[in-house]
Order: sequence, then C-alpha cells, then structure tokens
Amino acid sequence: MARFVMEFERPLAELEEKLIALKALDIATTPELAAEIADLEREVERLRVTLYSALSPWEKVQVSRHPERPKTDDYVRGLFDDVVELRGDRAHADDQSMFTALATLAGRRVMVIGHNKGHSTKENVARNFGSPHPEGFRKAERAMRLAGRFGLPVVTFLDTAGASPGLEDEERGQAWAIARCLETLAGLPVPVVVAGIGEGGSGGALAIGFGDRMLMLEHSYYSVISPEMCAVILHKDAARAPESAAALSLTAADLLRLGIIDEVVPEPLGGAHREPDTVIAEVGLRIAAALDALAGDDRADLVERRYQRLRAIGVYNEAG
Amino acid sequence: MPINDWFKQREGRRYTVSGQGCAEPATDGVPDGVWRSCPQCKGTLYQGDVARCLSVCPHCGHHFELIARDRIEALVDPGTFAEIDGALTSADPLRFSAGKPYGTSLERACQTTGMTDAALTGRAALGGHPVVVGALDFRFVGASMGSVVGERIARAFDLARDERRGVVLLVASGGARMQEGMLSLMQMAKTSAAAGRLAGAGLPYVSVLVNPTYGGVTASFAVLSDVIFAEPGAMIGFAGPRLVEQTIRRSLPKGFQSAASLVEHGMIDDVVPRVELRRRVSTVLDYLMPAHASGADAASGTQGGEL
Repeated sequence: MARFVMEFERPLAELEEKLIALKALDIATTPELAAEIADLEREVERLRVTLYSALSPWEKVQVSRHPERPKTDDYVRGLFDDVVELRGDRAHADDQSMFTALATLAGRRVMVIGHNKGHSTKENVARNFGSPHPEGFRKAERAMRLAGRFGLPVVTFLDTAGASPGLEDEERGQAWAIARCLETLAGLPVPVVVAGIGEGGSGGALAIGFGDRMLMLEHSYYSVISPEMCAVILHKDAARAPESAAALSLTAADLLRLGIIDEVVPEPLGGAHREPDTVIAEVGLRIAAALDALAGDDRADLVERRYQRLRAIGVYNEAG
Repeated sequence: MPINDWFKQREGRRYTVSGQGCAEPATDGVPDGVWRSCPQCKGTLYQGDVARCLSVCPHCGHHFELIARDRIEALVDPGTFAEIDGALTSADPLRFSAGKPYGTSLERACQTTGMTDAALTGRAALGGHPVVVGALDFRFVGASMGSVVGERIARAFDLARDERRGVVLLVASGGARMQEGMLSLMQMAKTSAAAGRLAGAGLPYVSVLVNPTYGGVTASFAVLSDVIFAEPGAMIGFAGPRLVEQTIRRSLPKGFQSAASLVEHGMIDDVVPRVELRRRVSTVLDYLMPAHASGADAASGTQGGEL
C-alpha cells in the first residue's frame, strides 16, 4: 500500500520510488546496477535520518496528523481487555468522535476516555474527524463522573484538531459542555493519566487533557490554537503556519520544558505510524507505571495536588 | 397577615422595571462639544446623558462598551470596591514574536487602558453581601486570558472561598491569549477548577456576559456560574461567527450567538439591561448567599477592617 506522503517527506519519497524502480529491473543483465542500488540505499537512509531526527514544529504537526498514525481505538484494541464501551450523553445523541469505555489495562480496571479519529473516510465522517460535538463532551463528563463514583482511575487519549465549530454545536452549548468537563475533571477523586497521541487542538483537547500524570508522544502537539488559524489571525495567511507552529511552543519537548507535561514518549524514526505496535506497547507501559505510582494516594490529596498543579501553571511578574 | 389582605396590598404593584430607568437628561452641565453617535438608532447623543445612563443610549437602549472599572463601580454598592492583585503583570514567557511582538502589544495596552492586564478584581459589597467582583476589559489585548487573567480569576475564587464571599464576574473576552501558548490554554483548566471549588464550598457565583464573550473564556469559568446573565446585544459563543460560517458553508441565521438567542436555547438565564443589573444580581445573592456569610462586618467590602 502506498504510504501517505507528508509535504516535507517528498524528497525522500521520490528517492524511495526511484529505488523501488531500480530494484524492479533485471540485475542479472545489468550488473553495474547493483552498485547504483547500494549507493541509492545509503542515500535514502542518510536522508531519512537527517529528515526525521530534527523535525521542525510544523513538521511534527504534520506527523501528528498522519492518516496512518495509531488512533485511540488502536490503543484500546492493543492494550485493554474486557472493554465495555459506554455510549451516549443521555440527553441528545451518541457522539462517536469521543470514545468512552470501562476497560482493563494489564489487570488495572480503568475508565478510558479518548478523542476518536477514524481510519477511513467513512469512519472519519461518522466520527466527525475526531472533533467532538457538545454531546461528545457530555458523554466524556458522564464517564468521568461514573469513574469518580466507583473509584476507577481515568486514562485519556488526546487526538483532536479541536471541538467541532458548527452551527448546532454552538446552539447546543459547545462552550458549556467543555467547561463542565474541565470542572469535573479537576475535581475527580481518582487518578487521571493523560496520553497525547496525536493532535492536541485547543479547548476540545483540554476538556479531557489535564491530570495527575501527563505524557505525550514525541511528535504529537498540544496547542492553544492551530498553527493555521494563528497564522490567519497574525498574517491573514494560513500558509505562514510553519512560523506560527514555531512561535506557539506546541511540541512535546516545549511543553516538558514549560512544566506542563511530565514525560515525552520517543517515537521510531519517521513517526509512530512506521512501527505502531512498538509505540502502542510503550505508551501502555508508561500509562501502567503512572497508574501504579498514583494508586496508593489518598483521594483528597489527589484532588488537592491536582488543583495545586493547575494553580502553579502560568508565568507572570508580581511586584512588591 | 391573612393571605387575602396580602394579595390586596400587592394590587397595583409594578412587577417589571422599565429598561431605561436612567436619570432624566440634564439640561445643564453638559460638556460642550462632546457628542456621540449611537450605532443602533443613529441618534446623536450628549456624552453626559450617555454617562448618566451607564453608557446606555437613552433613546434606544443600545449598550455602549464600558471600561472594567466603570462596570464594577456601576454594579457594586458605592464606594465598596477595593482592588486586589493589581501588582500582577504579564511576562512574555514564549518570547512570542510572530506578527506584532507580544511585549509591544502589552506595553501599548497598559498605556492606553491604565490597567496592568485585562482583568480587574477586588473585594466589594453588593446589596450588602460580601463578594469578590471582577471585570474583563476588552480594550486590553481583546480581554484575552493569559497567565495574569487566569491567576487573577483563580485568586478571586480562592479568596471568596477563604472569606466566605460570593463571586460576581462581568465577562468579556476574545478567548485564550495565544501569545502565551499552552500556558494560556491551561488557564481554562485552572479557573474552572477554582470555580468548582467555590461551588463545592456552598458559595454562589453569578456571571454577567457582555459583548463579546468567546473562545476559551466562554468554555471555562464564564459559564460555570450558578446564574448566568447577559447584557442586551452581547454576542456570546465558543467559535467565532466567521469560523462557524466557513464550517457550515452557508450564512448564519439572524440573531445567531446573540444573548437573546442564548436564552431561547437554554444557555443563559436572562438578558438584563445594565440599569437593572445591580438589583437583579443582588436579589440572586439574597437567595443564594449562605446566611452566616453575609455578616454586617463583611458587608463593608473590607475584611476585618483592612484590605
């Protein structure tokens, strides 16, 4: 299957294609080809390393959006047993862009909440490309409350371009639904572990995107605004998104430096989609370790500590 | 008193208040040459008349923008407002330089508004109730929420919880302050957590949304109040109207995201004209303030005689 090629990968993709074409030729009739192929293979490898070992913020945003990047349901399938999906917000509809389920991670019973992008166009249409409607956030909030009542730790997976900005989303109270998630999540008397696996778009990501332990994949991003929209506001030109991406400090490394997240999970060269099973397993290990570290903590302490952690975020001067 | 007498006593009593209960237009003392045009009725107004009516057009009721301090002074009991946390100022933690440098925008905002950031907060009394009151000023970087706004709002909730006060916030905002990146987005979680703790302590919070209230501020503390009012004509939402229009690829219905339509959709409690706001909010506090929190001492807006 032809891999989806990101803009910045094009020079590499062209070389790779050339290599495939050369390999298809009959080496026996033209022995000098063997040397040419070996040279090209070295060149491809060299380019791959230089391209991927120093991705710019904008390139990371592209990797985070790669259509073959593992999605929340890939993590759920790969890591959890006894999954009981919970559907519906009990008020309006079931929003498939938000996945909620009772699930077991290597013997640990938890509540899973995650933005759920699709693998195909059909799935993406059904899941609104992973951008929740108000009923999605209300479903998530319902799952949070349930977890809180029955002492189930919450594990969230972030992968959304943002909350859905449609007419009906506004009329049904998108802002209200997100705000209620924030309040509920802040006060949950159970451990909350957050995994950023792809896109972390603004308030729609934040609604399920803070907790007691926060990890992010190396090439995922988390941002107050999409680089494109930021560029439109600043320059009236979405094409200047690369500049905005750099200015917004949105990469996992940036957010570790700013003290917003706790750990960065490395990705294989080229991104998580190159070796999805390895990445999913590593994320699972890290989540399990975080859950174990938080397991013994007193519930009131947990809530107070989460509050103090949030209160400490922000940089300002205070005179006198 | 027998119930029949009680009903009789109430006959002829006015249950509603006019929307334009401002003072009679003055015939003297109007500063010369200070005119203002009303964008709604196109009338030409004396600035002095507008000011006497809390910056509401005396002819059509259009609500002009008010600066944060004037909003607070118009709402709370006269002379009771005492600012807190005025010493907090914005840093430029990301050294954000795409477009206009953030540092320059901040400097200009401070100069033109005389404020130290977009939120003004403090202790006050409202209808005799001890409150922490706050207002956001749209002139200061679009009243966007960065670290300082988030910190002031969170401290306002924390202080109210510590001193058993209600919270009343007059909210306007363009949303999160993108020049502070994720530090700004996280203020949504911080302020929402603080609002939740106030609610948990059994203390009331009333928000009043004014024009415009959007983005990360709407989707956090602004709508986590027990009672939500809005000013007439206020535009309120999460996504801005242009983005919604681009998303749905057709034009928006009339009145979309207006305060009046939000009442219809069940998102806010009422649209309240500015001149009625003090009475309405203080009546809500009469119902919701825990009895022991509204002591005579606290009602002065000071705590134990000092600020």
